[in-house]
Parts: sequence; structure tokens; C-alpha cells
Amino acid sequence: MPTLKINGQEVEFEQGMTVLQVCEQAGVEVPRFCYHERLSVAGNCRMCLVEVKPGPPKPAASCALPAGDGMEVSTESEMVKKARNGVMEFLLINHPLDCPICDQGGECDLQDQAMAYGHEGSRFEENKRAVKDKYMGPLINTIMTRCIHCTRCVRFVSEVAGVDGIGLLNRGESAEISSLEQAVASELSANVIDLCPVGALTSRPYQFNARPWELKKTESIDVMDAVGSNIRVDARGNEVLRILPRLNEDVNEEWISDKSRYACDGLRKRRLDKVFVRGDNGKLAASDWGTAFKAIAEKVSSVQPSEIGVIAGDQCDVESMFALKDLMGRFGVTSLDCRQDGAKLDATKRASYLFNSTIAGIEEADAILLVGTNPRWEAPIINARIRKTWLAGKLNVGVIGPQVDLTYDAEYLGAGPETLSDLVSGKHPFLEVLKKAEHPMVILGAGAISRADGAAVLASAHALAEATGMVEGDWNGFNILHTAASRVGGLDIGFVPGEGGKDAAEIVSGAASGSMKVVYLLGADEIDAEKLKDAFVIYQGHHGDKGAHVADVILPGSAYTEKPGIYVNTEGRVQMARRAAFPPGDAREDWTIIRALSDALGKTLPYDNLADLRKTIHAAHPHMTRIDQVMAADWGAFGEAGDMDAAAFTSPIENFYITDPISRASETMAECTRVIVNGGDEADAEQGTGTHG
Amino acid sequence: MSAETFEFTGEFLAEAERNIAKYPYERRQSAVLALLFQAQEQNHEGGHYVTEAAMRKIAEMLDMPYIRVMEVASFFTMVNLKPVGLFHVQLCGTTPCMLRGAEALMEAVAEKFGIGHGQTTEDGMFTLTEVECLGACCNAPMVQINDDYYEDLTPETLISVMETLKGGGEAKIGSQIGRVTSEPEGGPLTLTTGPAPQTADAPNAPSMTSGGGN
Amino acid sequence: MLLEDKDRIFTNLYGYHPWNLEGARARGDWDNTKALIELGREKIVEEMKASGLRGRGGAGFPTGMKWSFMPKATSPDRPSYLVVNADESEPGTCKDREIMRNDPHKLIEGCLLACVGMGAVAAYIYIRGEYRLEYRVLEAAVKEAYEAGLIGKNACKSGYDCDVYIHHGAGAYICGEETALLESLEGKKGQPRLKPPFPAMAGLYGCPTTVNNVESIAVAPTILRRGAAWFSSFGRENNAGTKVFCISGHVNKPCNVEEALSIPMKELLEKQCGGVRGGWDNLLAVIPGGSSVPLLPKDICDDVLMDFDALKEHKSGLGTAAVIVMDKSTDIIKAIARLSYFYKHESCGQCTPCREGTGWMWRVMERLVRGEAEEAEIDMLIEVSKQIEGHTICALGDAAAWPVQGLVRHFRDEIVARIRNRKSVSMSGTSGPGQQVAAE
Repeated sequence: MPTLKINGQEVEFEQGMTVLQVCEQAGVEVPRFCYHERLSVAGNCRMCLVEVKPGPPKPAASCALPAGDGMEVSTESEMVKKARNGVMEFLLINHPLDCPICDQGGECDLQDQAMAYGHEGSRFEENKRAVKDKYMGPLINTIMTRCIHCTRCVRFVSEVAGVDGIGLLNRGESAEISSLEQAVASELSANVIDLCPVGALTSRPYQFNARPWELKKTESIDVMDAVGSNIRVDARGNEVLRILPRLNEDVNEEWISDKSRYACDGLRKRRLDKVFVRGDNGKLAASDWGTAFKAIAEKVSSVQPSEIGVIAGDQCDVESMFALKDLMGRFGVTSLDCRQDGAKLDATKRASYLFNSTIAGIEEADAILLVGTNPRWEAPIINARIRKTWLAGKLNVGVIGPQVDLTYDAEYLGAGPETLSDLVSGKHPFLEVLKKAEHPMVILGAGAISRADGAAVLASAHALAEATGMVEGDWNGFNILHTAASRVGGLDIGFVPGEGGKDAAEIVSGAASGSMKVVYLLGADEIDAEKLKDAFVIYQGHHGDKGAHVADVILPGSAYTEKPGIYVNTEGRVQMARRAAFPPGDAREDWTIIRALSDALGKTLPYDNLADLRKTIHAAHPHMTRIDQVMAADWGAFGEAGDMDAAAFTSPIENFYITDPISRASETMAECTRVIVNGGDEADAEQGTGTHG
Repeated sequence: MSAETFEFTGEFLAEAERNIAKYPYERRQSAVLALLFQAQEQNHEGGHYVTEAAMRKIAEMLDMPYIRVMEVASFFTMVNLKPVGLFHVQLCGTTPCMLRGAEALMEAVAEKFGIGHGQTTEDGMFTLTEVECLGACCNAPMVQINDDYYEDLTPETLISVMETLKGGGEAKIGSQIGRVTSEPEGGPLTLTTGPAPQTADAPNAPSMTSGGGN
Repeated sequence: MLLEDKDRIFTNLYGYHPWNLEGARARGDWDNTKALIELGREKIVEEMKASGLRGRGGAGFPTGMKWSFMPKATSPDRPSYLVVNADESEPGTCKDREIMRNDPHKLIEGCLLACVGMGAVAAYIYIRGEYRLEYRVLEAAVKEAYEAGLIGKNACKSGYDCDVYIHHGAGAYICGEETALLESLEGKKGQPRLKPPFPAMAGLYGCPTTVNNVESIAVAPTILRRGAAWFSSFGRENNAGTKVFCISGHVNKPCNVEEALSIPMKELLEKQCGGVRGGWDNLLAVIPGGSSVPLLPKDICDDVLMDFDALKEHKSGLGTAAVIVMDKSTDIIKAIARLSYFYKHESCGQCTPCREGTGWMWRVMERLVRGEAEEAEIDMLIEVSKQIEGHTICALGDAAAWPVQGLVRHFRDEIVARIRNRKSVSMSGTSGPGQQVAAE
């Protein structure tokens, strides 16, 4: 292994590393602004200058300098100190001294590095430059006078998000970052706020809300899609003020989608904070737990177990689903389903419902077939991973289903099952692409398997996987892309119809026809709630959404930020969410509601605290102990071969920004919909620009 | 986005296509400056600038994002993003021209036509821009008016050139004191042997017509 | 001794004769070029190395050596390119313009031979956008050359295929920096690239590329015809050859002229340019190599030679051999302040020291012109210039710093006097912006 010396200390490095990377690996701090390990190297801030021998008698930008065997690098010499000092001074001469009113204050690279590497005072006697603020959409607030032109935002949207929405216009000291007064039309746009090393791009919804040191920071898991992005929830008091990404190389790297980040204002709106019971007058009235449980007990005792249906929603934690299943099982209820979208997935074959290759595994793929999915809207983080792989050069992507701009080149093969059949039968040339690929992959979206013929589609995809060598050795390229955070957890614990039980669609239609007398909705809102009117509906959840409107009893539960909980992402990765705030009013952690209800129903569940509940879960499903891990699932036969409907595959998501009770309550998501999805303009925005010029 | 549209036509389309063909097809973005230039030429009567519609068309033709076209357009000084006068007087103000009287030229134009740097006469005839070195330093001071260089100027000769242009006449291009290109004033001190120097009607005295000097 | 006409390469420098192919042939261009091509790649590079030709665009890197850096083996999907830097924009410089409008075939023939010398399949000539006439002449000359079978497939019937294309810029000094030029040629903003990789490894479209100045390429055919020994017989050792000098400013007869390198500056100005306005003793200072190099006061000009090494010894440089002459009527602070404005205007804005520092320097310089400063600010200005110099991606930062450093090095007294004068004159003083302070 080649070696070089950093400040006299010899260190080894791998060929291809830059001097900055070697320094980092050796624990030697090198300040920087423009360099970011996930973006191309710009080398423009000049903060990372180091002295290198042999070489010209001037400092070199370590971010762009390939490490060489035998180099002697100094990060502390007089030359380097002067260079950093000089760069710092240049960065500050036109930077406003408005830290006291800057949202970046306290978490600002410029502030921190100015303290560490700057002059004590300013020698700049001229007028400072003022730059007009720009409009970048409902999420990104701009105070462009603060911009240091590092171009991280330009590189992010162009390279990672793949939308080319931001540029550096003009030149010299007139250079300005701009999105040409358009909203940045990417589902990942707000990551530029995290990337901006200064306060030029800040969070618009969070503007002037809080200082970072006032916030309680809780590491948790996102539930806005099935990716399970690792997040940090920042709350002041009991109010969640913002959500930021947390690094997890295997899942979301360091990005999150704009919905994961900004739907959180929906946590404050339309909340169920009281128990409600429908009175004799047919109207819901505030009530108490005892009355509600009594009403449920009375109703449940008056019907047969076969007349009770239970549907779990898209954002449920494993604990509450497990407890509810447990409780219902004690009554002999077998009509349970966690697949409110009707996905024809087999809970007994784990490989049939997982994103088996794993998200990081996408980077191994050299051919991907997308079937019935728009990953850009269903899982922007996964779409970014596909784009990253595509950018690296060797990836072919084929699409069967919705034709959308995925941010990478994709060959459109066809709209529906017919094309899939053609592929399987070898009539379509893309089969050869998959066959020739070393690591072929299929990604089956919810739009492909939640149809009536979903099982046949699944079988067809299975056949394709077999025919193209998608499952070989350590590689399993058969992937289901879920859209619901709770789905894999629900399937893992078997929250599906038991012997003679009905599935979600049958429960709903049974309620309409009268055969289903009691329906228990655990946060389930993505169903045709109107059809439940005649049944006795128990709604347990956190938002006054579709399910609550038809409920006879409302049990106020907790949103994902308000309870500790296990979620299993689309890969089958078991992750722990933590409580960042308490649920409002009378609302409680969901499993405790079920535990209390079990008492009232006379079937007391045998766990008094979360630890005991989890022990029970672990005993039943040992993989749930493997936090942050993905257990490879055994391959086997699944799906039911059969005729497929000719209808085209569609994505289940009509609007990325609004998909669930929380985002439906979010004003920010509504604004994104208005501006980005519906093309509304800035003039109607609640905030204009130019308030800081 | 504005509703107006843009299409290259006639000679401008031909030039655009000829330029695109200079580069490997997948590298046709290379032609962006040429296309911006042609779009501006085509819009000469309309203010000699590139419109948003033109840039969107160019982005489409070259398969590049609009923002990248905008970046290029805003980077280069010859791309006008706002209308200019029928005659764009670009007056070199850099040191070699300054040493030989560029400031007096600026003042003369200001006095005669009432325009300073970045301003356009009310009749839309002239826009004055102080530009950086135009690479004709041996013939300083000089201006470029639209495509043509006018060199060895005095305030009087510049005003005269501008008056001629304004009146629809053809002003003499190049040196205003009778020099042929950048020879020393009064005739060459070198290259005096060989074929006789043709100080008058030199074939390469600037002219708008392309083609040889024969 | 002055160069004789028989040893001048650019015999149509002033355009007394037709630029076209017929005219060019009459001057000896395209004369059995096939034989030169058949010298082969190695021999051509060897000859260019032996000639001692150093790049004429400013940096003075040995041309033959540069060509030798090009990879020997290339693949069809990664061909080698020659790119000719015709973005002549260095203030004071206007030599390539004459070559392009009066002797374009020298350049085109040079492109072909250089391509052979480095195994390139095509040459792109990047000409500054303002040179409209020169662009048209070049395009017409290229067309002639294609039609005559001199370039293109089987160029000069040599079996070598070589295309030549003309690409125009649109007003950006920075595109004269080779990697900014490549960016612009690729249809992007002209922002210099980080090096490494150097263009010879990854240049135009990521392919091996050599960027040469117009003059460097245009002299190549003559060097190959007349031999390296002939070329290197002019000028001192390590400063070989003839060179087109552009003399502007306060001489009686500003002009372009081809002379041997190492000609004494005084001789160049007196013999070829009609002398300094008002006589040699009226000379104040000279910027000897284009705006980027530090000025030299008269006492150095008295006997300095015009070549790379001699000017470097005096902490200046030959640059593009653009000699800007300033007589004693010059407000030297203002003359340099105008250059500071130029660099501020032309900074691409990419990297911090240049983007922020050039504006700062210019603003201080403007105050120094008016004497509105403290004496301590002179040293601060130098410090700022040193904070830019050597800290940027490309050499524009250095180019912006050097004129200011040269000014302070040689005319500090003038600056100090102006500051003191400003402080002493009454508020009704006469020193408005840009006005000369009363002569000392």
C-alpha cells in the first residue's frame, strides 16, 4: 500500500484517494466548504489548501489532489495557515454580519470555520456586495447575500436529484446562484438546505422558528414511504419543528425526501386528541376511554368473530399491529389485513415481498426492469440510488408501466402485463439485456401487485427472475418496492387473513353488504371509507382523516414521532423509531390503547410494558431483534400463475406530496402541490422574496 | 415561461446547423455559443438580444438543460440578454486604449449622443458599452460597432463614424488614419522587400465581404 | 541587429497581399506539405523540440515538449485533439489577429502538421467572438484548404486524415486559459478546470488534447521547412526564435512587428515603433508582456532584453510580447487600476480568492488613484494580492496580482505622495476622480 506523510506522520492510503480523503482517514482536520463526499469535486472554495512536497511552492487544494506515494503533506505549516486565513478573509468580506438573525446560526460551517481559521477583525473598508434574493419554491428560503458560491446546491440538484434546476449565473463578483425564479422541481430539493454551508439557503417552513440549541434532537425513522429513511426529529417542548436526515449509507445515505422532511407541520393539524363516541343522535361526541371501551365491548360481544374485520394502515408500528393481532386472535377473528391497497403478497414467503437486493445493492445492478412503479414518487431515495448507479455508467433501465421522467435514461418497453409476458416468453429483446447482465434486477411496484391480477403478475415476475438469473449465489435481484412504511412489518408478523378470513377489500365490501358488522381501523385511511358507514367502525389513529369520519368510536393514537416503535422497511430492515414528542391531549401510544382495550374486553394481553411486548414479538419473530439489519430471505416459489388483465400498470401515487394522513394535513405539502405539481406561480405564494435584499 | 416562440430561419438556421455539424453529434452542446450568436443576429432588428424563447429553443436543439444555456448566456459579454440599439458601440476602455484616449471617446459620445456606459439613445440607434480589451491595441483607441472595428480614433472621427452610420451611410472600417491593419503609421519599417507593399487598397483592409483579396 | 525580412515568418503580417490560398502559396505556404507530414510524428516533435520554440501564448512552455506529452496510442472513441487558442484577449496583445486575417493558411497548415506531430484527428481553433472579420477569413481559408484537399480526408494526399474547425467565443478573457477554453468549447461556462488531470490526459470531451497559441502553431510549418537550426539561431539560448511583438501605448508608431527574441527593448521601441512619444527620456514605464506581467520602470527598460529569461530576471515576463508603453504623462496608478478593473471584470467567479479578491484590489486601487487611502493600505493591498496569488484554480488570480505588485514595487513613492497630497490639499482641491494630481 502506498504511503504519504501528513504533518510528519506516515499514513497508508489506497490508490485513487485524494489528499483530503487521506487526511480525513488519518483524523487530520482539513476545513472545507465546497467539497462534499457525495458530490463531484469543484475545488472552488480554496479552504482545503495544504502544502505538498514535492510540488510547486504554493498550496494545493487537497480535495482535488490525488494522493501520491511518498508525498509530504502539511496541514499546519505557515503557508497553509496563511492561505486559509486569506481565503477565510475573502469569504467574509462580502458576507453580511447578520449571524444574529440568520437561521443557520449555531450550525453554520462559515461561522465555525471563521472562529477556527479567520482573522480577528476585518480590513475591508469597501462597501459590501448585496445580492437580490431568489425564489426557489415553497421549501427553500434564500438570502443570497450570504452565498459563498460553493455550488454544492448546483451540483446536488444536477448530480443527485437529476433535475438541473439550479445554476450559477453571471461571472466574477456578479456570480449568483439561481433557479431562474422557479421552484426546484425535485422531490429531494430541500437537501440543498442541509448542504448549504452558510445561511444562503435555509428552510422556508422553519424560517425564524428556533435556534438549534433550543431543540431536543431525537434519532428516528421516517414513515412517509417504505424506505425507512433515517431521520433526526428536532422538537422544542412538545412541538416537532423540523426533521433532518441522518446518515445511513445502506438506506438513505444522507438525503431525505421533501415529504419526509416537511410533512411534519401536518403533525400539528387535524389531530385526534380526544376520545370520541358516536352518540344516539348519530353525532360523534367527545368522550372518555372507559365509555369508548365499553361501547366497543358491547358491540364486539354482540357479533360473531367472523363479522369482525381489522385493517392496519400504512404508518403503523409493528408493536401496535402485533398487539392488535394478538388481541383479535384471542377472539378468533381471522379477517385481518395490513395490505389496505390490496397487494397480492404472500406473507409466508418473505422473499416474495422484500426489496431483496437491498437499497445499497442497487449499486451492483447493471440492468433494472421497473414494473408498475414510479420510484421517483414512490421512493425518491431509491430513485436517487438508481440514478447514482446509472450515472456510474453501466446500468440499463427498462420500464413497464407509467412513463415518467425518472431523472435517468430508461427504455420504455410497454404499459402493462402484455409486455411482461412478452419478456418472460422471450419475445421482447430486453430479456437479453437482463440475461446478459451480471446483476439483473426487477423492481415491482405496488401498482403492479395491488391489482386483482396481482398474484399472476407476481408469478410472472417470479418466472422472469428465474429465467434471467436474478437469483444467483448471494445476489437476489427480485425486488418489491412498497409505498407503506408498515407493510413489511405487517407481513412479517402475519397481519393477513387467517383461516377463512377476509382481506381488506372483502372487509370493506362486506361492511357495505352487511356481512361485516365491526371494522377496526388501525390508522387505515387509504380505503373506501364511505362503504363502512353501516358497520360499527372503530378508528384508532392520530388524524381526523378518512377513517375517522366514518368511525363510531375514535381512539386517539400517536403519530410516528410520538412513540417508540419498530418499522421494517421495504428491504426487510428492522429499524427503531424513537419518541421525539408526546401525543397531544388524550392521545396515547397505540399499543397501550390496545392493551387497555384488551382489559375492557376481558382478554387482557400479557404484557404490561413495551419491553415485555417486544420480548413477545421477538419470541414470535426472532428477526425483529436484528435491528438495522437485513436478513436475506429464502427464495422459492410464489405467486399464482394465471391470466393477467391487459390494463396498463399505474403508480398508486397521484401526487408525491400528499399520500397519507400527515401529509394531507400539511400546509407545506399543499403548497408544494400547488406550486410544483400544479404549476402555480410564485406570486400567489404566501411569502414573497426580496425581504432581505 | 413566456408564451412567445422562436425558430431559426434562413441563413441563421443554415449557420446554426453548419455549426452544430462541427462537433461529434453527442457533443453538440459545443455549438451553444454559435447558436446564441445566431439567435441574436436573427433578432437584430428586434434589439439584437437573445430571448427566453430563443434560449429554450437552443436548449432543445442541443439537448441541454435550459439553465445551462442561461449560465452560458449570462457568462459571456457578447450575449445580450436585453435589447441594444441598432448600433452597439463597444468602446474599449482597457489600459492600452485608455493610454491613447479612450476616455475622451467616452466623453465625446456622452456629449454628442447623451449616452454613457450601458445606455441607449432614445431613438434606439446607439447603445454605448465600455468593454474590455478587444485585441486591437496597436490601433488604439478603438471601438467595435456591431461586427466591425473602427480604429485609431479621435473623438472627432468616432463621432463622424457614428453620424455616418446613423445617416444610413457606410463608414470606413478599420483605421481612421489610413493605416493598413497594424502597420506603423506612415508605412512599414519591415517587410519592405519582396512584392511591393500595397499601402492603398490593400487586399486585406477589412471588408464585410469574405473571399480573397484578388 | 534587426531581423532581416528574409528571416521573417509572417511575410504578410500587415495584409499587403491576399490572405487566400493563392496568396499563401505565393508566400511558400502549403509547399509540399506532404513531405513534412511524411517526416512522421516523432521527427516532427523532435524538430520542434530542437527549434527551442516556447509557447507564444504567454506561459512560454516548450512547444515540442508539450506535443510529446500526447499519448502514443489512442482509440477511436478517445481520439486526440489539437485545440488552438485564438482567444486573444490579453490587454496589449493583437498579434494573432493579424496572423488570422492576413496569413490564415500558415495557421491551418500548422494545425495539420501539429496534428500529425501529436497524433490528433482534428483541430479546433477557438477564436474570440469579437474577431468577426478574422472568423470569416479563417472559415473561408479552411474552406479553401478542404476544397484543395490540403486538410480533411487524406490531407495533402499523405494518407493522414485531419479536420480543422473554427469555433468562436463570445466575450470572456478567461477563455484564453486553456481549460476554461476547453469548457467553453464543450458548450459550458468558461470556468477553468482543476488540474490534474491535464489536457494531455483528459482535455476536450475528456480526450487527450493539446492547447497551443495561434502563433506557436503558425510558425511550425516554417520551422519544419527551414529547420530547427535556422529558428534557434535567433535569440539567446533558451529564448529561441522570432516573435511578433505588439507595441501599443505611448510610442510614436504603435504596431505589430516580427523581430528576433532577445532584441533590446529600447532598440525595439526606437527602431520599429518610431520611439517613445517625446523621446526615450520621456519614458515612464513599460508593461513588457501583456497586462498580466509587472511593469518595468524606465531604468530597467534602458537595457533590458525582450526575452523570457531577461524579463523574468526583473520579476516581469515576456508573456505574449505585448509591450505597453507609458510615457511621463501617464497616471501610472490609474493605468494599473484600470487593469485591476479588467481582472475584476474578467474573473470567472468560480474560486474564492479571485472572485472576492480582484474586486477588493480594484476598489482599493481606485482609492489610491484619488489618494483616498491610508499609507498602511499599500501594504495591505500587497498582502491581499499575495492572498490571491498562488491560491486560485487558474492563473488569472496571479495575473490580477502581479500588475499591482509591480506598481507598488516600482512606484510606491508615487502612491504615497498622492495620499499625502490628498491629505494636505484643501477640500476644494482639484483632484477629482481620475484626475492627475499635480506633478511632483
